[in-house]
Amino acid sequence: MSTEIRSILSEMEFSGCLKTDLTLGLPGGAPPKPGSKRGFSDMVDLKLGASCDHDEVSVSTPPPTKAQVVGWPPVRSYRKNMMKSCKYVKVAVDGAPYLRKVDLEMYSSYQQLLAALEDMFTCLTICNVMNERKIMDTANGIEYVPTYEDRDGDWMLVGDVPWNMFVETCKRVRLMKSSEAIGLSPKTASNGLSMNR
Amino acid sequence: MCLSQSVMNYFPEEVLEHVFDFVTSHRDRNAVSLVCKSWYNVEKFSREKVFIGNCYAVNPERLIARFPRLRSLSLKGKPHFADFNLMPHDWGGHVYPWIEAMSKSRINLEELRLKRMVVSDESLELLAKSFPNFKSLVLVTCEGYTTDGLAAIASNCKFLRELDLQENEVDDRKGHWLSCFPESCTSLVSLNFSCLKGEVNVAALERLVARCRNLRSLRLNHAVPLEVLQKILVHAPQLNDLGTGSFTHDPNSETYVKLKNAMKNCHSIRSFSGFLDVNGRCLPAVYPICASLTALNLSYAPGIFSNELAKLIRHCKKIERLWILDTIGDKGLGVVANTCKELQELRVFPSDPYGVGNAAVTEEGLVAISAGCPKLNSILYFCQQMTNAALITVAKNCPNFIRFRLCTLNPIVPDAATNQPLDEGFGAIVQSCKGLTRLSVSGLLTDQVFLYIGMYAERLEMLSIAFAGDSDKGMLYVLNGCKKLKKLEIRDSPFGNMALLSDMGKYETMRSLWMSSCQVTLGACKTLAEKMPRLNVEIISENEGGAGEGEASLDDRDRVEKMYLYRTLVGPRTDAPDFVRTL
Repeated sequence: MSTEIRSILSEMEFSGCLKTDLTLGLPGGAPPKPGSKRGFSDMVDLKLGASCDHDEVSVSTPPPTKAQVVGWPPVRSYRKNMMKSCKYVKVAVDGAPYLRKVDLEMYSSYQQLLAALEDMFTCLTICNVMNERKIMDTANGIEYVPTYEDRDGDWMLVGDVPWNMFVETCKRVRLMKSSEAIGLSPKTASNGLSMNR
Repeated sequence: MCLSQSVMNYFPEEVLEHVFDFVTSHRDRNAVSLVCKSWYNVEKFSREKVFIGNCYAVNPERLIARFPRLRSLSLKGKPHFADFNLMPHDWGGHVYPWIEAMSKSRINLEELRLKRMVVSDESLELLAKSFPNFKSLVLVTCEGYTTDGLAAIASNCKFLRELDLQENEVDDRKGHWLSCFPESCTSLVSLNFSCLKGEVNVAALERLVARCRNLRSLRLNHAVPLEVLQKILVHAPQLNDLGTGSFTHDPNSETYVKLKNAMKNCHSIRSFSGFLDVNGRCLPAVYPICASLTALNLSYAPGIFSNELAKLIRHCKKIERLWILDTIGDKGLGVVANTCKELQELRVFPSDPYGVGNAAVTEEGLVAISAGCPKLNSILYFCQQMTNAALITVAKNCPNFIRFRLCTLNPIVPDAATNQPLDEGFGAIVQSCKGLTRLSVSGLLTDQVFLYIGMYAERLEMLSIAFAGDSDKGMLYVLNGCKKLKKLEIRDSPFGNMALLSDMGKYETMRSLWMSSCQVTLGACKTLAEKMPRLNVEIISENEGGAGEGEASLDDRDRVEKMYLYRTLVGPRTDAPDFVRTL
């Protein structure tokens, strides 16, 4: 291959600075082990031919950190699409006539998710009471507690685990009326609420 | 005329035909047809199964003229690198003209198997209505149709035995295609709709499974929940091959208990896949079937953590074919090496297909497998890093590879221990594995590796090269050395005109050559096309619509971005889009 391309690739290979380092670990978790190689996508845009694939190389000004070579690693788009977690989950609000669906991948924090729910169910507003996120239907004075069902089938309180872990494990969301959650303040709800199916 | 020929002529044609019935492989039948005119004729009128490796090498008319008794057709369209977005959309590979021609000629088509072709709803409808004995449709990595097309197949093919959709891109209209199987349909043996994204009518599915007593293979899609799987297994304990849909449920529920019991009754399951969306705590339900499994595909199940995976694999002592994700880790591969002594084929896919982040498998996992699994003959391995020492060890442990595909996530990563190119490692592989027919190389590679390949890979039929080599010599070693080469695909490597034009006749002995982002120029391609009329030399432009930056302004001295050439009996194709220019 052209010496120019190869030298760019080798440079990236051995330079120690990781600009965007994506891991599935908890935020603030252990850094990647030394000697482990960075993914190829952290390299500078190589302009190895314009691509019709919009997911990959951007044809205009290349972003300095994340760029990819078209078609590498050689994985079929079918497989890539299957692995892309499509995180649409149902959202039920007690008392609402129908459910909605949200794509959790669209948000990067609980605050954003709750704001989106606020938009969707227009009667609701988020109230930050003493740093606890509560959702209220201000017209009726009904308070809701955001809960979710995880992979194991348990009902959990939204907010305990880091956002990424939540996205991984959340199967559906339910805004439960606070009155139903009597006796369980958010601080002691770590057992989750077992709901009969 | 020699004695043996006159002796053969005493056999009436019926006897020859009967003898040829025992010759089933298409290569053998091709050889038979070359012996003499009389054998050619007997063979041509008796062949029922035809395989066409490149749909543009011949045309439907010639197919039908030569094989009027055709019953089973297998066709391949786009070249392999099209799988990785290297081929623009709409390049070609349409099946419609084939179906139309066979329909008009009253071919008694019973089976159609397509790979990398564009299949429209119109083609499926025509197929469904034209061939009353149609039995089997297998579509691999195809696209272009919707569930409406499937509805047409389900409604009209009265004797349908097999509907197998593997990794297709299907526009799911969320209709009720599955409900279109009439109540009278009881002939299904194999049904695979795992690639469909939408919901199916589960009641119709259950009824269908219940009435098809010969059903042996069933692969469900993501939308079929565990409750329904459980009911299906009760109806079909005779299944050999099962692909689950969603596999997540409360492990304390009654449904889960029922599933466990249903699984215990499925004594015939030998092949298992799916787990699209999985709850690790539900895995124990499948332990009872693990002991008899010979094939296991967990490569779409990123949700299984490596320790759960290891636990599962420890139950699978008879596995011959295993497809998994690199989340298994080197340690998990160690478990495979200790447990799966019958393993023949292993595929380890990247859990992050965009190549970001750190893969959990390295050369250690590969070495462990090679040491523990003496029957290993086929591997596809995506890994973070590799070393020559590991490859040399693997070559020593496993001289029986027929397919060896290594894919380092960084395409030019050197030997992780010595920083040298990986030439010696791959050299050891080709030297040791005399039966190697398919090879994909990656990592830092110089011309030296191609010297080895040319020297030792005598049976090699397909070679994939990316970001490798230093000069034309590399490609020349391969073209001169690999006598059995059928498919050569090269990307981003410094091979140019000298290599391309050195042995033009070679390309007529091959199915195809792909070169992209290499050093070949338009002028050289034109020369090749001129000298070799039985090759189609296609120049494929980046922009769909050809004009502007396309080949209008391309000079003979300019490099060609994508070239695909293939031998053909029928000249330039008539369905080429604007951005494809056949020289």
